[in-house]
Amino acid sequence: MTFVPHTEAERREMLARIGVSEIEDLFQCIPASHRFPTVELPRPLSELEIVREMQHLADDNLDVGHIPCFLGAGAYHHFVPAIVDHVISRSEFYTAYTPYQAEISQGTLQAIFEYQTMICELTGMAVSNASHYDGATALAEAAIMALSATRGKRNRVVMAPTVHPEYRQVVRTYIQGMGVELVGDEGLGSNAPRTDVEALIEMVDEDTACLMIQTPTFLGEILDLEGVAEAVHAKGAILVVVCNPISLGLLKPPGAFDADIVLGEGQALGNGLNFGGPYLGFFACQEKYVRRMAGRLVGETVDTEGRRGYVLTLSTREQHIRRERATSNICTNQGLNALAAAVYMAGLGRCGLAQVSQLCYHKAHHAAEAISVLDGYHVDLTVPFFHEFVVRCEKPVADINRRLLYDYDLLGGYDLGQTYPELAGHMLLCVTEMNTADEIAQLVEALEEIAR
Amino acid sequence: MTEPIIYELGAPGRCAARLPDLDVPRAELPPAPLLRDDLNLPEVTEGDLMRHYVHLSQMNHGVDVGFYPLGSCTMKYNPKINEDMARLPGLVETHPYQPEETVQGNLRLMYELQEALKAITGFTAVSLQPAAGAHGELAGVLMIRNYHQSRGDTQRTLMLIPDSAHGTNPATTAMAGFEMVELKSDNRGNVDLDDLRAHLSDRVAGMMLTNPNTLGLFDENILEITRLVHEAGGLMYGDGANMNALLGITKPAETGFDVMHLNLHKTFSTPHGGGGPGSGPVGASPALAEFVPGPIVYAEEALIAEDEVDAENGNGNNAADSPSEYHRGTWYSLRMPPQSIGRLKSFYGHFGVMVRAYTYIRMLGAAGLLEVTEAAVLNANYLQVILKEVYPLSYDRTCMHEFVLRGEVEEAPDIRALDISKRLIDYGMHPPTNYFPLIVPEALMIEPTETESKRTLDAFVDAMTKIAEEARTNPELLHEAPHKAPVTRLDEVRAARNLILRWQPDGE
Repeated sequence: MTFVPHTEAERREMLARIGVSEIEDLFQCIPASHRFPTVELPRPLSELEIVREMQHLADDNLDVGHIPCFLGAGAYHHFVPAIVDHVISRSEFYTAYTPYQAEISQGTLQAIFEYQTMICELTGMAVSNASHYDGATALAEAAIMALSATRGKRNRVVMAPTVHPEYRQVVRTYIQGMGVELVGDEGLGSNAPRTDVEALIEMVDEDTACLMIQTPTFLGEILDLEGVAEAVHAKGAILVVVCNPISLGLLKPPGAFDADIVLGEGQALGNGLNFGGPYLGFFACQEKYVRRMAGRLVGETVDTEGRRGYVLTLSTREQHIRRERATSNICTNQGLNALAAAVYMAGLGRCGLAQVSQLCYHKAHHAAEAISVLDGYHVDLTVPFFHEFVVRCEKPVADINRRLLYDYDLLGGYDLGQTYPELAGHMLLCVTEMNTADEIAQLVEALEEIAR
Repeated sequence: MTEPIIYELGAPGRCAARLPDLDVPRAELPPAPLLRDDLNLPEVTEGDLMRHYVHLSQMNHGVDVGFYPLGSCTMKYNPKINEDMARLPGLVETHPYQPEETVQGNLRLMYELQEALKAITGFTAVSLQPAAGAHGELAGVLMIRNYHQSRGDTQRTLMLIPDSAHGTNPATTAMAGFEMVELKSDNRGNVDLDDLRAHLSDRVAGMMLTNPNTLGLFDENILEITRLVHEAGGLMYGDGANMNALLGITKPAETGFDVMHLNLHKTFSTPHGGGGPGSGPVGASPALAEFVPGPIVYAEEALIAEDEVDAENGNGNNAADSPSEYHRGTWYSLRMPPQSIGRLKSFYGHFGVMVRAYTYIRMLGAAGLLEVTEAAVLNANYLQVILKEVYPLSYDRTCMHEFVLRGEVEEAPDIRALDISKRLIDYGMHPPTNYFPLIVPEALMIEPTETESKRTLDAFVDAMTKIAEEARTNPELLHEAPHKAPVTRLDEVRAARNLILRWQPDGE
């Protein structure tokens, strides 16, 4: 099944019109020695067979629909209202491409414009772009933007060690050819697992383009951003804040603390876990930086009859116009994922997002308090957190997770020793609105038994 | 036709989603200075929300709506089974940090896709990590950089790029810290070999080449080009945006490319999503195989415990430390390649897009993929041979999957490619890519794809022919087009000068 519509008669007719006798004649420009190689692939499958094949693969997995999940660490299990998938399944949306022809792309353009509006509200920022590939690449683009905004005179980036470990790796990958010094995330420091914001601010000097921090941190802590932007600006640097969008249903947004760039992983907004992708990176900044922003932007305008309409704008920043002087090489955003995020935000709305946020907060705190009194586990309840918290375990985390999985049918937490050697024996647990009181009780009881 | 902004449809207190009540005691909230007062999001019912988005969708043109010959974007029909497979809960409702033994199905799918892409392109290694074509380019250029550095060959700072290249090529080059050198095209649309020779030196890190290029032309000197660049110590980067022209026709690795990205959303039928998500895997030759971004999936024969996890009902009954039996099988795991350039995004790439592409490749098989390219090239040449009688064709030779006309009409000097494009909208068709490549004045880049029937192609020919006639007899009709779209031409200058990037209530 190839979805090619031609009948043999049509094929012949078309070849004749072109003036060749066989289809192979169209490929004479390929060196003969390299033409028509053998391609070894499994035999083609019918639609029925592929359904069976894929179901067979799915059967080799364990999905979160079949096991309570207490795993977060950058990808979150949240409820997605039915309407989200119904909207993104409209093929007028998903079979369109980048809206270069604005007159027949108003659906995509207005949807992005509304997305930008809602991201601005959520983050407390003036401007949002149409999205990045994910939170990690959004952070890398923020670093590059900060370096460019300080006019290439500053060559240093300070990054908190409690920014998601994979985001920090991605920033390093992106900037490896730029001759930039990246400091600050060498180790967790004496306050671990808390983040020493003061020490990070101390590292910001006259050669520093930006300070990049995350709140809630990868280790769950809510940072108090009061005064941070002021201190960073005093050194002429830019403050970049990575945040969790669901937490912003409850917490004061970084924009209210005068952050310059606010970004994060938008997956939690109406996008499923998808084994890690596709997700979306949301990215917002202060108005003065808009011309240095990477990625697509949708702006409002009017048509020749004065009606409101939308277009891609400030494209002179972009690669297809500016080529080697562009702000980034990015072309596509995560259009459909941003659409899902927009439907989710609009669907939950003013009250609903606050409610999700509160459900996560209270359930996570309930779990943390219950675990903190168990023998064999330690939780520092003085650390302010949102829906993730660190548990110090007296047994190895890997062993505890295996027992949780095999003996209790529970997906346990993230083993922090994998990425922070100083946190060997520490587990990061996440609780969302998906976890019922009963599941939390199962987890607590299982942990208690495992510790014995 | 305009649609109100979603905020304008709301009223205080409405909500389109209902959540359960809190079933645990309330905890103390953080101190007030850390809390937000209000969150201004829309307040609408589910019915309002659905109608809003249905109205918006009706203002969009997609492949499912009509012909979409947007050059360089391969807007082919996206089989619906792809969508269903990418929604199988057992595949996609999985967390990226789940233990390896609970996601063997996903890892096997990724491994099989890596293998299939290797078979199609001839490369030695494939990484599925890059999120889009431009992201794959960044991977490839960084791989070239790391390769030279690993050999202590640090003076190679130049990247050769033909003048017909996509804008992403020079932008990526700059991001990776290289300096670009532009190469001229010759009068047949190939890379000018003399210009290439003149720029080769021990300072050249490599060359980025799209083949077939953005004119839709296969470079007839490809073997000579790759030989010359290799001889000078450089590596060849292939931009795989145009892979739809090559399936089963030739393997890029065998014509001398060292690294190339593929666009799963173009060649392998995953929908474009209104501008993403895409997926841009990179393939690498033996020289670069260990440099690909990671992690990637490795397979090895191993002894596997029976009843590791009973995935079907989530019931693992056997204690892990005492599995009852072992069997020999293939074990899939994620690892970083030895000299990887590093991680390019969080987790493992766009898994949901991979599911769709894998479904497509398995359904077509090798013979089906060859048929795809044959029909794509047939369709493009059929349109080219007819339309070159109507509009000027700069490079008159057999094209591959796309071709570039000049949007110029004799006796109608005021007509531009843009006018022709906007008028096509009135005929229910998406315009071709405009003003690209830059080396063709008034470029109209047309890529019909293989899934369009002769009937659709003939309708396009009719429309383009009528438009040329209208250009001569009634040019205003074109200047003022489109007439049948939800809006007329939009003022882009005003949008850029008077920036409005978010909705504000009236008076604010």
